[in-house]
Amino acid sequence: MSVAERPTAVDAARQAAADAVACLPPAPAVWCSGLRKRYGRQQAVEDVSFEVGRGEIVGLLGPNGAGKTSVIKMLLGLVHADGGEVMLLGRPGVDPSARARVGYLPELFRYQPWLSPTEVLSLHVRLSGIGVTAAEQRDSLALVGLADRAHDRLGGFSKGMQQRLGLAVALVAGPELVVLDEPTSALDPLGRADVRDIVLSLKERGVAVLLNSHLIGEVERVCDRVVILDRGEVAASGTLAELLGQRELHLQLSDVSPEAEARLAATGTVDRTGETAGLFTLSLPVDDDGTAVPDLVRDLAALGVRVHAVEPARITLEERLLGILRDGAAARSGDAR
Amino acid sequence: MTTARTVLTIAALTLREATRRRVLVALSVLTVALIALSGWGFSRLAAESGGSALTSGEARLTASIVLNLVMFGFSLIAALGTAFLAGPTVSGETESGIALAVLARPIRRSAYLLGKWLGLAVFGSGFVVLAGLAQCLVVRATTDYWPPEPVTALALLAAQTTVLLTLAVLLSTAISPMASGVVAVGLFCTTWVAGVVGGVGEGLGNEAVARVGAVSRVLLPTDGLWQGAMHAFQDPSVFATFGGSDVEAFPFLSSSPLTVAYLAWAALWVAMVWGLAATSFVRKDL
Repeated sequence: MSVAERPTAVDAARQAAADAVACLPPAPAVWCSGLRKRYGRQQAVEDVSFEVGRGEIVGLLGPNGAGKTSVIKMLLGLVHADGGEVMLLGRPGVDPSARARVGYLPELFRYQPWLSPTEVLSLHVRLSGIGVTAAEQRDSLALVGLADRAHDRLGGFSKGMQQRLGLAVALVAGPELVVLDEPTSALDPLGRADVRDIVLSLKERGVAVLLNSHLIGEVERVCDRVVILDRGEVAASGTLAELLGQRELHLQLSDVSPEAEARLAATGTVDRTGETAGLFTLSLPVDDDGTAVPDLVRDLAALGVRVHAVEPARITLEERLLGILRDGAAARSGDAR
Repeated sequence: MTTARTVLTIAALTLREATRRRVLVALSVLTVALIALSGWGFSRLAAESGGSALTSGEARLTASIVLNLVMFGFSLIAALGTAFLAGPTVSGETESGIALAVLARPIRRSAYLLGKWLGLAVFGSGFVVLAGLAQCLVVRATTDYWPPEPVTALALLAAQTTVLLTLAVLLSTAISPMASGVVAVGLFCTTWVAGVVGGVGEGLGNEAVARVGAVSRVLLPTDGLWQGAMHAFQDPSVFATFGGSDVEAFPFLSSSPLTVAYLAWAALWVAMVWGLAATSFVRKDL
């Protein structure tokens, strides 16, 4: 190799390395491993590990005292973990700058009562170090329905309005990850629907959300994945489909020809316990992308089958959660014996 | 976000809190009342000395003592004010949850605490300097007395306030807001009493009693700085009128200026106590 060639080779290698790094998927919004925390004699969190991908909505579920808020506070550096590691948006959690693009609505939401919503938002924008125009800050307030109270002192605000402000604070500084700890605890049904819409719009914009909520229906509607904590440990985690298992379909049919039966069997396992009444229970495949049911109904109709009722049956997240928690309790009492 | 910007943002927020929570208004009302009362007292004093009931030396001595007395009132107001502000603004915010959203921002906790401390220091020092200056002007207008070293005196008053609020900040990182205010003010008063007792000991030539004052001034430098401030406010001819040891025994006169070593100790004390406060606050689970 000549002297003139050498720098070119180094440059090429460097370029190749840069390309390789650029092709890597972005680091997850949250990555934590082996988180532990003890308060006095109480082990609040034990070996908790999970991940929230970019643009993903993950629900954190569990009974009171399961360690959900402790985990969230450890992610944000508000509580010091006894052990374990945290990475936020690809940076180590111990570095405050990891939180530059993180929005947080605490479970205990209180804001300076001597400030107005506009002043609270501009304080948080300054502290985040991210340029957000006054108009964008006003938009954040309008999004949570506080536009007409923008200049009133917070001292006179109801809890619901303070929680709405907390949501605006979490969203104001262009976050890539939003952590919402019981975001609807003080809100009326209308407010809850607003929060759901906001969370879904965050997902559309590719913002990751970690949502801790007692309202399981809310979690089931918006979350891609769920992490269930029980007594400080991860009791279960996965996508909703993984956690809830197979879906079932109850069909009430008449004039079922052998071809139609074959069509049913091609979709999934058929249970004909209710044959006399024309009742069929069909187990749908886990990887169903939502086309299996309409395709089946179309084909059955084409085969001359009279379709009286099609009823999707699915175990709810609430039933699954209670099952997991009861199994855990039973296993513990079994161990104790 | 740079640390300096965080510190200044939080300091400005703390000052705004003091203004919005009517602390400034309450202090202003108290100050105006105290200045008006002392102004009336000094004008009576001038009238008495004009009527030759007092010699000019006695009049200057009386003016020095009363000026020191009023300044003690201001330093007490500033001490109470900042000590009871430090509690709510540091531990009150962590207890209520206001600090949660703020500290989840990309800022260091030590920068946040430094901002709080700076805001309180500016507020407390600003108060004693402005009120003290107004008082000096009132005394000059009524009795024609002007302290020998007003700048040093006011700076030492500000330093005294800063020392006490640093202690209050340390306490508020460890105990409840109310308890931190009570303990800080309690220690302030205890040190002052110990200083007076020490002065009496020196006046009586009793070394053991005198040591009480010396030791307390090292442990908490508020009284030592206060003695220096008094010395800078009072008329130097006081010493010609009284003997040195008699001056020591009187709580509102001081016989000797502060040494550079003591000022250095006070600065080191503030740095150490602030360092302890920061360590305690950084380790805290919110």
